[in-house]
Amino acid sequence: MGVEIKTAGQKLFAFLSGELDHHTAKEMRCEIDIACTRELPKELYLDFSKITFMDSSGIGLVMGRYKLMCERKGRVYIQNPPPAIRRVMQVAGISRLARMIERIDTPEETSPETAVEATAEASLPANSVETPTEQQI
Amino acid sequence: MKSHGAIMNEMKMTFPSLSENERFARMAVSGFLSQLNPQINDLSDVKTAVSEAVTNCIVHAYRDTVGKIDLSAKIFADGTIYIRIKDSGCGIANIPQAMEPLFTTAPDEERAGLGFAIMESFMDKLRVNSRLGKGTTVVMSKRIQTKHAAAKADG
Repeated sequence: MGVEIKTAGQKLFAFLSGELDHHTAKEMRCEIDIACTRELPKELYLDFSKITFMDSSGIGLVMGRYKLMCERKGRVYIQNPPPAIRRVMQVAGISRLARMIERIDTPEETSPETAVEATAEASLPANSVETPTEQQI
Repeated sequence: MKSHGAIMNEMKMTFPSLSENERFARMAVSGFLSQLNPQINDLSDVKTAVSEAVTNCIVHAYRDTVGKIDLSAKIFADGTIYIRIKDSGCGIANIPQAMEPLFTTAPDEERAGLGFAIMESFMDKLRVNSRLGKGTTVVMSKRIQTKHAAAKADG
């Protein structure tokens, strides 16, 4: 539970996890703000994929980071919100503040395109092994 | 009030307005409703609404103090649930204004002003009664689509 920070050039990624309510929001936003003050990113990516619950405190958190990033002429992106969290965001009309994106975009990991290609390649040999087996039977 | 049939089950609890109890309150309601075998979406909606109502008590009703929050829930025969959350805090001067989306009296604490808007959209009905200096009572209801009912409708 908490915040994991990763950076890549001008981008700062904050991977949030656990439950985001009024009680936990304070600590989460504090950690994000400390990292932002240190790194001064142009783009802040808030990743919600590991958030298991969120109420309007999460909207407050996004609004607050949006204000801070606006002051620095930066942008906020919301990454991979699970369906229930997406619903809260839609009721709040959060798309006016931050762009919602679906991707797994971490500094270390491969891009989605590369990941798909790798899977396709990996499945080819498997198929070619399976076909002769079927013929043998 | 429309008849929802007999009361099948009910619960009451009282806890102090500590922010740790936001999670406790929604988990308790979620546990109570599990007997209905609800769909995940419905359960998640109710948990969010409960969290908003309890947070309002903590952040607004008992702003710089700690007071009691009463929470009760009822399950009716037709699958409708009623949840009542009551505080004895400061009360709301202007309810329509408080319910307006984005209106908040606590912007410094990064409150979005969306608590009532979320309760309204995630529950079927919401009623708010308040008296200045006496407290606020929120009653919300929702017809829960149980997995059994959904399976019957599909079959």
